[in-house]
Amino acid sequence: METLNYLNNGHGAASWLLTRDHKRIALLYLVSITAFFAIGGLFAFMIRLELLTPAGDVMTADTYNKMFTMHGVVMVFFFLIPSIPAVLGNFLIPIMIGAKDLAFPRVNLLSWYIYILGGAFTLVAALSGGVDTGWTFYTPYSTAAANSHVITAAMGVFITGFSSILTGLNFIVTVHRMRAPGLTWFRLPLFVWSMYATSLIFILGTPVIAITVLLVAAERGLHMGIFDPALGGDPILFQHLFWFYSHPAVYIMILPAMGVISEIVQAFTRKNIFGYSFVAFSSLAIAIIGFLVWGHHLFVSGQSVYAGLMFSLLSFMVAIPSAVKVFNWTATIYKGSVQLDSSMLYAFGFIGLFTIGGLTGLFLAAVGLDVHIHDTYFVIAHFHYIMVGGAIMGYMGGLHYWWPKMSGRMYSEGWAKLAAGLIFVGFNLTFFPQFILGYLGMPRRYHAYPPEFQVFNVASTLGATVLAVGYALPLVYFIHSIFYGEKAPADPWGAKGLEWEIPSPPPTENFVVTPIVTHGTHQYAPSKEVGIV
Amino acid sequence: MSDGHAHAEHFPGRTHMPPVHVEGVPGAPHAHHPKLQHHFDNMPQQAEASTLGMWVFLVTEIMFFGGLFMAYLIYRQANPEGFAEASHHLNVFWGALNTIVLIVSSLTMALGVRAAQTSAPPKTQVFWIVVTMMFGATFLGIKAIEYADKFRLNHVPGPNFHWEGQHAAAAQMFYSLYFCMTGLHAIHMIIGLGIMTVIATMAWKRQFDADYYTPVEVAGLYWHFVDIVWIFLFPLLYLIGGHFVE
Amino acid sequence: MAVAHHVAPKSMYYMVFGALIVGTLLTVGAAKVDMGPLNNVVMLAIACTKASLVILFFMHVRWSSRLTWVVAMAGFFWLLILFGVGLTDYLTRGWVPGTLR
Repeated sequence: METLNYLNNGHGAASWLLTRDHKRIALLYLVSITAFFAIGGLFAFMIRLELLTPAGDVMTADTYNKMFTMHGVVMVFFFLIPSIPAVLGNFLIPIMIGAKDLAFPRVNLLSWYIYILGGAFTLVAALSGGVDTGWTFYTPYSTAAANSHVITAAMGVFITGFSSILTGLNFIVTVHRMRAPGLTWFRLPLFVWSMYATSLIFILGTPVIAITVLLVAAERGLHMGIFDPALGGDPILFQHLFWFYSHPAVYIMILPAMGVISEIVQAFTRKNIFGYSFVAFSSLAIAIIGFLVWGHHLFVSGQSVYAGLMFSLLSFMVAIPSAVKVFNWTATIYKGSVQLDSSMLYAFGFIGLFTIGGLTGLFLAAVGLDVHIHDTYFVIAHFHYIMVGGAIMGYMGGLHYWWPKMSGRMYSEGWAKLAAGLIFVGFNLTFFPQFILGYLGMPRRYHAYPPEFQVFNVASTLGATVLAVGYALPLVYFIHSIFYGEKAPADPWGAKGLEWEIPSPPPTENFVVTPIVTHGTHQYAPSKEVGIV
Repeated sequence: MSDGHAHAEHFPGRTHMPPVHVEGVPGAPHAHHPKLQHHFDNMPQQAEASTLGMWVFLVTEIMFFGGLFMAYLIYRQANPEGFAEASHHLNVFWGALNTIVLIVSSLTMALGVRAAQTSAPPKTQVFWIVVTMMFGATFLGIKAIEYADKFRLNHVPGPNFHWEGQHAAAAQMFYSLYFCMTGLHAIHMIIGLGIMTVIATMAWKRQFDADYYTPVEVAGLYWHFVDIVWIFLFPLLYLIGGHFVE
Repeated sequence: MAVAHHVAPKSMYYMVFGALIVGTLLTVGAAKVDMGPLNNVVMLAIACTKASLVILFFMHVRWSSRLTWVVAMAGFFWLLILFGVGLTDYLTRGWVPGTLR
């Protein structure tokens, strides 16, 4: 019979829904996050459908507003922010540090239930008629004028925030207090460094958006006019509080993906990362500096010009640690023994597309330029390059890299490469035209546009269709692999790291004997170029 | 904690651990304490993880309340006279009394933690926790009196808000902040009372002694934090300007 | 072996309690004296002192690991980032002629 592992150790719904095993909780998240991704994708499809033609003929403007709002809310809060942390972070962090579980397994399960509850609130808001404020809930529209289900959606976001907070709390305590003997900070995998940095943002930023959406609900429901101009309130205060979290939130979305890329690049070039400590510190730098730049979302809001200049300068500075990572990945790949497995294809895609997204961020960080491209499709293209071309590619790459470990099965490499290719082509076809549209002046969040923009919009919708097929394929071949895939060995890729030293799938307790770590957990052949350790 | 640190330097992350640790080795210190959860190696590690976890949670609470303090900061700076005028209609006596009530409750809480830490009899531990709860409830009772007063005077923001002074808009903003900040604080107190009920029950069931008192300690950290928030709320809300309307 | 927590004598807790009560009375008294802008400074100083006493002694940070201390400080420091960086907007609005009020 099959050896006992975390998947067959206990059967039935209760053994999954009441589990304390971080690996099972990761799979609970995987299923729910995939469901929300599909829902968010559905809203995206509605948007792109409307934008096929210049006239607003598929739906009313009000309905369109609800489509992009729900797309944003679902994708940001219920897909991107949890994705890598809740699935890969939960699964891998204890294993990568040689522990049996996270510090607080029951809190981990609670995190998932809170996530589901928040998701339920948001879905109720969607099904009752939706919200039309944009995922950014700007006041005074959201507090005074919107007649959609703002409070319900705000509560959904508020509740889900606690899921993030508890996950971040768990990760921080785990990494500080549960590392195996000999596992010093500088022997940790870079994925753990980036998850730690992400957790700092969870802790320090999420509570601020929690109070902010609570205040929006309080103003709507209890007449506590904190943002009400009639009482001397300042709608821009909402924006300050909202973006104090929501800018660092984008680093929550990208840092884990960067950690995944660091792992994949080392495994599939058979080299240690170039400049380990620089890459490790750059994660912390991004997390910290990322808290100082939020005002770049407020350049044209009425914020003081001097504050704008300061935020602009800081926004240029936050690009530096990101660039450090890109340089170091490139240096790692240089003269490495490159294996073009599907995970590595995603890594290449990430490095290129994240670079484009990041550079266009610098365009937006220049105040003078932002005056012209703020609230245009340029912004939309920029953040989709980072979040889809970057974060989602990192998530997909990670899923492909660690799938054999998590499921104990190998997926079809041929189909995986095809899906990666479709995603890359579909993505660029969807979003590159949007840079042009933004430059030409097409505003965002409009359901109709001047006819001269149609060709770019049609290209974009076509690309989105290809992208959708690309995303659907892994669903098929991953599920297929569970039933028909070849059984995976402990280390299918020849990679280094504690997770590759235990069986695929791992036993419930991860390690029968606590490992003693005597060197960095990733020791590939040293490069001939420089004495890299 | 001083000698605990020396070990931590050698074996980071797993404090107080011997170099080789194999599962199930008999005689391993505290391998079989009934309260040791299986993913931890020993009781000190578990206790440290729990207290660190609560501190990380308190950091989130600091940022949570912080948004409200930010709003307060901005609006007070923009409307100093209006805020002073509004603040004068808060009862300093009740506010100061409540501050003292909470400080006493922090003392009794700290003594309750100490009782568990020194393996005091369960009755003593329960005594301190229940006294803490009584002072917490007193605090809420006084707040209820104050809130009722505000309702009576139509100082609650909304359609029924009525202000007789000069700065009506600023006053309504002040009271929006007052109700949001003290309301959120009161919710935290209520949750604290719930937590204390659980802790008191556990103490009554003889679960705490010098070897295991982490839940009391951690509950105490939460309680003290709620006290600290009030330590700032009291002067910021009640003591703006120097003339008091009783 | 218990968690190596320093057991403080009861007298320490009573002394800190006394200091907190004194601080409360002081802050009420200081509010009645018009010191101009100094009122705010005094009030904040007293509140910060009281908070520090609670943190160090009631919450045992005085005898906790360095990590605990760093975590506690990080929370307050981040709050200062929110206030400070946010205030750069509010305090400099209207500095450039022709822009907002």
